[in-house]
Amino acid sequence: MAQMNMLQAINDALAIEMEKNDKMLVFGEDVGHFGGVFRATSGLKEKFGPDRCFNTPLTEQGIAGFANGLAANGHTPVAEIQFADYIFPAFDQIVNESAKFRYRSGSEFNVGGLTYRTPYGGGIAGGHYHSQSPEAYFTQTPGLKVVVPRNPEQAKGLLLASIRDKNPVVFFEPKRLYRASVGEVPEGDYEHELGKADVVQQGTDITVLAWGAQMEIVEKAAEMAAKDGISCEVIDLRSLSPWDVETVAESVKKTGRLLINHEAPLTGGFAGEIAATIQQECFLYLESPIARVCGLDTPYPLIHEKEYMPDALKTYEAIKSTMNF
Amino acid sequence: MSNATQTNEIVHSVSFLDRDSLNIPTLRILQADGSVYKDAVLPSIDEETAKRMYDTCVFIRVLDERMLGAQRQGRISFYMTCTGEEAAVIGSAAALQDKDVILAQYREQAALRYRGFTIEQFMDQMFSNAKDLGKGRQMPIHYGSQALNYHTVSSPLGTQIPQATGVAYSLKMNNDKAVSICYFGEGAASEGDFHAGLNMAATLNAPALFFCRNNGYAISTPAEEQFKGNGIASRGVGYGMHTIRVDGNDMLAVLAATQAARDFAVENNKPVLIEAMSYRVGAHSSSDDPSGYRSKEEEDVWRAQDPVARFKSWMLAQGWLSEEEDEALYAKYREEVLAQVKVSEKVEAPHIDELINDVYDEPTPLLQKQLKELKEHVNKYPQAYPKTAGRF
Repeated sequence: MAQMNMLQAINDALAIEMEKNDKMLVFGEDVGHFGGVFRATSGLKEKFGPDRCFNTPLTEQGIAGFANGLAANGHTPVAEIQFADYIFPAFDQIVNESAKFRYRSGSEFNVGGLTYRTPYGGGIAGGHYHSQSPEAYFTQTPGLKVVVPRNPEQAKGLLLASIRDKNPVVFFEPKRLYRASVGEVPEGDYEHELGKADVVQQGTDITVLAWGAQMEIVEKAAEMAAKDGISCEVIDLRSLSPWDVETVAESVKKTGRLLINHEAPLTGGFAGEIAATIQQECFLYLESPIARVCGLDTPYPLIHEKEYMPDALKTYEAIKSTMNF
Repeated sequence: MSNATQTNEIVHSVSFLDRDSLNIPTLRILQADGSVYKDAVLPSIDEETAKRMYDTCVFIRVLDERMLGAQRQGRISFYMTCTGEEAAVIGSAAALQDKDVILAQYREQAALRYRGFTIEQFMDQMFSNAKDLGKGRQMPIHYGSQALNYHTVSSPLGTQIPQATGVAYSLKMNNDKAVSICYFGEGAASEGDFHAGLNMAATLNAPALFFCRNNGYAISTPAEEQFKGNGIASRGVGYGMHTIRVDGNDMLAVLAATQAARDFAVENNKPVLIEAMSYRVGAHSSSDDPSGYRSKEEEDVWRAQDPVARFKSWMLAQGWLSEEEDEALYAKYREEVLAQVKVSEKVEAPHIDELINDVYDEPTPLLQKQLKELKEHVNKYPQAYPKTAGRF
């Protein structure tokens, strides 16, 4: 075990797999010598050479298309999109190409070795274009896996699993936690299975579900609720596509209540999908409507960031309302 | 011939063209000491314009120095300087008319100042206060002004390039005899939007000026890792576009090139590409430290080619500026900037209602409901939301 922040854990995962898999390549804007604007790829160019870790020209659609080509030809590309807010020029290559490569060719070709890493989320005074949480655009695209870690230990195991997964994965990294989240991380190689949620706190009254940077927010809200005698079962979804219906449904059948929290705007957010599925699976067990505590239906604002965010206080209030329904 | 690919010459053995096949000269008018080359053709410039240009140089130098300092003190969250690129931006802005529409990338605060943006407007934006035209929604330096024909800055790179083509086409259809000017860096020129924007401007005959600030770096990535061609200018020729490369640290050369480009664009309804060769003397932004990717020696070489010093020497030689006036100008702006910081940082944040305004022309019922619930929540926990609590 070693104390690491999330960037170090991600860097460690990349180095472990580059060591084991000489087909793995790491690239993106500023990722070479500079190690990326957040330093997630620090030292990889020096360790594995400039042919395996390198800067690309400033073109996200190019990065994604290039990654598709590499993966289709048997390489293992790990492409960094500098901010998730800048993934949209690559949308066509990800949604129409990465996601459909296998299906459209009858599995003649696939880009299963491909992983996109990209920092997402707010809380860093980043305004519209350094704060967005665009995961729902990708969860609606069959063929892509979507993964979001909550802490360094999870980030390392989930990233290793994502890189080795036989499907293209969009790996969203909560940038607010890059340096803020520090914890024990096992040395060496390990994986966390994709598609499995993680019950981080057992409880009996209400299931509180989130992922990524919002995990620490909902854990704080659960602590506040505990002082009122409310027992929260806290679950980290980890994989949004595919997502672990079974674990969530099992929990809701026990607690009878569900609250889902995400940073992205409410309307069209992934919480809607979860709510629809869980009311189908657990209809007769539900004791109150499924609650959603999400970002407002506005672009991510700079000065009103606090007001916009689905913070611990809003989550705590929603837990109480759900209990008192 | 419907295909514009002209075949001028048929050959009978293999020979390739390469990056050196195209010889692109660089326009320079001012020498390093501020004197004019003997055979140089000067742009049209009078004393009043020259003074306004120099005044803008000093203002921006002071603004950049003081606001980077304010960022370091934690008074604002973010800043970007344009140090070293003042001549490229001011020289081009001075060639325009007020009706010409500016679409900036993000490092062109000098063009906005030249148009008349006030110290107060700059500060109100950077402090995200209630008087900010952008209502505090974007990070510092994302300025914009309808009155000054300056589109509001958007962080994603290169998106403004095809937009400038659309603006220019609109100006043409309105018979405005005006151009759009689109600023971008050599890094943004790698984005797909660059190709889309320039090709459409050429094919649709849009009077747009594409002004590339080739400043050597895109954050940490040097130009030699960004492209292998003969700069950005070589691409303009490929699009069938009038193209010129200019010394971006030479105020008069930039002015001359942009004046000629504007005249050509308006008369012929055609785009022009200008590549200004310069150097980003400062960091990419206040979040960046260039010592990790380039040497002090390299920076010093460019510091010695300071565009403001070169223009100042010319102004002094013209008798349009004295050392005393220059010192007084710096002193005046230092005082004014500092005074405005103190005023703007005390102005309250935009009202909570502004959260849901402008998402659409009118807030939707769902947004109104979300705002109502938010207000109830803020009222319950006022201490957690100090920017808006108690103000509605």
